[in-house]
Amino acid sequence: MSASQKENLAESPLIELKSSSFTLPILMLFGNDLAVIGEQLSRTVERAPDFFRNTPIVMDLSPLAAESQQVDFAGVVSLCRDLGMVPIGVRGGNTEHNRAAEALAMAILADRSAKRETAPPPKPAAPAEAAAKRDHAPPSAGNATRLITQPIRSGQRVHAEGGDLIVTAHVSAGAEIIADGHIHVYGTLRGRALAGAKGDTASRIFCNDLQAELIAIAGQYQVSENMDDSIRGLPVQVYLENLSLMIHPL
Amino acid sequence: MARTIVVTSGKGGVGKTTTSAAIAMGLARKGHRTVVIDFDVGLRNLDLVMGCERRVVYDLVNVIQGEANIRQALIRDKRCEELYVLPASQTRDKEALSKEGIGAILEQLSGDFEYIVCDSPAGIEKGATLAMYYADDAFVVTNPEVSSVRDSDRMLGILASKSRRAENNEEPIKEYLLLNRYSPKRVKVGEMLSVEDVQEILSMHLLGVIPESRSVLSSSNAGVPIILDEDSNAGQAYADVVARYLGEEVPHRFINDKKGLLGRLFGG
Repeated sequence: MSASQKENLAESPLIELKSSSFTLPILMLFGNDLAVIGEQLSRTVERAPDFFRNTPIVMDLSPLAAESQQVDFAGVVSLCRDLGMVPIGVRGGNTEHNRAAEALAMAILADRSAKRETAPPPKPAAPAEAAAKRDHAPPSAGNATRLITQPIRSGQRVHAEGGDLIVTAHVSAGAEIIADGHIHVYGTLRGRALAGAKGDTASRIFCNDLQAELIAIAGQYQVSENMDDSIRGLPVQVYLENLSLMIHPL
Repeated sequence: MARTIVVTSGKGGVGKTTTSAAIAMGLARKGHRTVVIDFDVGLRNLDLVMGCERRVVYDLVNVIQGEANIRQALIRDKRCEELYVLPASQTRDKEALSKEGIGAILEQLSGDFEYIVCDSPAGIEKGATLAMYYADDAFVVTNPEVSSVRDSDRMLGILASKSRRAENNEEPIKEYLLLNRYSPKRVKVGEMLSVEDVQEILSMHLLGVIPESRSVLSSSNAGVPIILDEDSNAGQAYADVVARYLGEEVPHRFINDKKGLLGRLFGG
């Protein structure tokens, strides 16, 4: 390999850092009796072995931390591994829990409850808010609604991160609108619309006049060519049902 | 303070230079001191359409690079004393243009003129984005066909996001639609998009419809802005456009295929 080839290699990036969010099962630990945990866990896994095979799992230690209980952490981790799961991290543990997790090369995931140790008691509204957030896949989904009142022109790209997108004008062919939550278009939708961009399968697209080039929810997409002629030009809503895209007149 | 108008389209060959020449002449003939600037560095055409190609000494790039002052580069029109032309350079390319340089020229012209008409090159690259950057008003020239309409739509997006007004959060550029080369006959048989079709896609204010006309080509070749040909439909349509832009109430013409009695009898 010549020097210039090497230079080229060094210039063309082989890596790229991106961010993405995943929905992971969380194993809540309410006690520290390893035998009981093992028994209950294997019973649960038996019911749906496929679901747990090679599934990454996060352990929530907040109930233990609340009562300052210790746990044989290495024991729990190997229980999970024996049952085919892949424990990747913990959340909500106290300092000692976290230290034990770190010793096993597990990730310490940030969580509201982790802050409770030092932070003052949360305001009454906070738990409800936290619960509401947990219902949706993107944890940041909430009040970040974006409102656009001007037409979105060909070549423009609008991304409502962490929330819904409302467009009161039309969206031209060649334009792209993306939202982590729902999309509402009160004009004609001629461009591309991608709702639930971070994987929220409950997101929907509403528009007044469907002439879109492409619509997608949580990665499930349909191009214009495959859309039924009977719904073209109508006010519709688009949603996911069993991971397939449904388009219904409003 | 001058009002800066950009004549733009995205797509090439839709009639930007013809339109620039016509409306600049129209504004000047109404008594407004006007300068029209060719931004198409390297593909200079406006001087031909304005009929002043044999009088070009200095050009836009000379002024930007300080090789000439603005007064040396401006060419006064022989037909209308309120009209001046600032030609583009044919031997350079668009890289010779700079945002600061253009800003300084427009600043200087702003004191002397009421209207500055910027004839944008095609495309969405440097020449076109600099032509529209300082604009107050945009005349978006569109032909009644889908590719031209889409390119205009793209240009409208750029006008709304990449101009000085957009960057400074000022009142946005006023956008006016000029539908050029319109033929009601061809619309009727479905060969062309109608005014309504184009307006529905672009949803913008219609300033005027210029009918397809053979006079445009012969005028251009002769170096006479089409607006001076008062017998031609296109010339009259441009006169309407200028009047409407200046705030006069002028009904739209040339949208429907209306023929006079004689025209009907003789099929003209």
